[in-house]
Amino acid sequence: MGSNTLHVLKGIDFKVEEGELVAIMGSSGSGKSTLLNIVGMLDLLDEGQYTLDDVVIKDLDETKAARYRNKFLGFIFQSFNLINYKNALENVSLPLYYQGIKRKERQEVALSYLERVGLKDWATHLPSELSGGQKQRVAIARAMAARPKVLLADEPTGALDTTTSYEVMDLIQKINEEGKTILVVTHEEDIAKMCKRIVRLKDGVIVEDKKVNQVLASKYV
Amino acid sequence: MFSLDRWQEIFQTIAKNKLRTFLSGFTVALGIFIFIILFGFGNGLKNTFKEEFLQDATNTLRIFPGKTSKPYKGFKSKKRIEFKNSDLEDIKLNFPFYLQYITPRITRYAVSSYKNESNNYPTQGVAPSHQYFEKTIMMRGRYLNQNDIKNKTKNVVIGRLVALDLFKQEDPLGKYISLSGVAFKVIGIFQDEGGDNEERILFIPYTTRQLLEKSNDKIDQILVSYKPELGIYISEIFEKKLRLFLKNKKSIDPTDSKGIRIRNVGEAAKDNEQFSSVLQYIVTFVGLGTLIAGIIGISNIMVFVVKERTKELGVRKALGATPRSVIAMILQESIFITTLSGSIGMIIAILILNNMGDTLDKFFIRDPYVDISTAIFSTCILIIFGAIAGYIPAKRAASIKPIVALRDE
Repeated sequence: MGSNTLHVLKGIDFKVEEGELVAIMGSSGSGKSTLLNIVGMLDLLDEGQYTLDDVVIKDLDETKAARYRNKFLGFIFQSFNLINYKNALENVSLPLYYQGIKRKERQEVALSYLERVGLKDWATHLPSELSGGQKQRVAIARAMAARPKVLLADEPTGALDTTTSYEVMDLIQKINEEGKTILVVTHEEDIAKMCKRIVRLKDGVIVEDKKVNQVLASKYV
Repeated sequence: MFSLDRWQEIFQTIAKNKLRTFLSGFTVALGIFIFIILFGFGNGLKNTFKEEFLQDATNTLRIFPGKTSKPYKGFKSKKRIEFKNSDLEDIKLNFPFYLQYITPRITRYAVSSYKNESNNYPTQGVAPSHQYFEKTIMMRGRYLNQNDIKNKTKNVVIGRLVALDLFKQEDPLGKYISLSGVAFKVIGIFQDEGGDNEERILFIPYTTRQLLEKSNDKIDQILVSYKPELGIYISEIFEKKLRLFLKNKKSIDPTDSKGIRIRNVGEAAKDNEQFSSVLQYIVTFVGLGTLIAGIIGISNIMVFVVKERTKELGVRKALGATPRSVIAMILQESIFITTLSGSIGMIIAILILNNMGDTLDKFFIRDPYVDISTAIFSTCILIIFGAIAGYIPAKRAASIKPIVALRDE
């Protein structure tokens, strides 16, 4: 929040095709979260250009950013960021509320996404009544409910144990198989290997960008 | 503006955050409650004040004889001045333009008894017009009349509490009571709104009192009322002329401030009214202070609420909430809570005030009340300032980048 500016990203040039599952790796301070925030329009870029689905993202004020986020992007956070006083169904329907969809339709759509992440029976439970893995699955359902073009996952398994992590990655892989573009920020090698492409960042520049043979998470589950 | 969806969202937030809702609602309700109660008490104080000090006719001059302090026209100083019946006639003759009513008043304490009950009461020897000065209200029977004065009758008009003290359940009308050993016939019972002491008085014709005192024609005190349409300023001229006239008649040095005292009740009433408006200022000031305290209270709570919700607001923004919708949500919620709880506080306070009546009479608070427009106005003020107080932190929260809001603690 101070007046000191810090150049975190020092020239990043990369392109993600539709349907890709990209892992962004790097040690802390490498700029991977900053990159994700810019892609997610949670943060602004100083210079350069960012094009999403042929739309040049520029001159973002908060209102515009909010609309783009709502329309194009779904977020999955390390700490889930579910609203604690809303139950699973209400959390999932929240982005639909901001799209202006009617209540009844919201609930139907939300319930169908909860079903897809296997939590239909938990729809009326509060986040505090769910396990870590269940919370993350609710968060994933929420991210998908708005039918975004891109899913952005910031350390989605960072707060989960290994088994649960693989379950969540299994879900992410399945969503990707259905054609959704997904970016996963992680510093765990095994998680990264479950993606189709790994981009490694160091000190704000890309040091490696390669396609990998995806390890299926379902093997471990 | 009305959107069922948004209201549902707000009701859910309210229902799921009961403590927060209760705290902010309670602050507002308490603020408005205290304000209205205080304001009502202030009005009650004013009521008492008015009744205590302003219940008698105010267009009245009370004239008291005294002792001179300067020698004049061959009389040495410290001469005792006395009024006589002829003074009444002279005043009537000389001031027809100003004069409305005139009555003498001779006050004597007398042991009054009926059967086995007796008590010491003030008796006032007066003329019939005295009824006007004290605003005496006849409950039964009649007041003294000119016939009583002329014939020096032994008739007496007794106060409500005298009747209660001496006669208990009996009907006093037509009965005889003894005043210092002389029998008087009770011809009327009166009440007076000036309090208990004003209802423990007996009125007899002043001429009868003079008859009992060796047929003299001395008067203690003269009450004069001027025509009310003349107003307070003309009354001061009247007062000046009257004083000069009496000093001249009684051979008092015109520059002597003693000798004759005239008390202009109207002027005193004016002072009292000023005091009463000062009282109103104090009440208003205290009330405003309470309101400001309420506003500060609600501001603090709004800051706290927004702080507590920072992360939630960040999540909402990440999910597509515009800054506008974030501000609108917080404001709508706070206005809803302040309006509801403000109204509740207001209604409870008004109900309590209305049911209080004379229960706080001991503390000089009589019939406390607050007029509805003041109550509603102050409630609105609190709501508006509550909204402003909520807007500032809400705007700040809405402009925080979601990434900052979402950062783990």
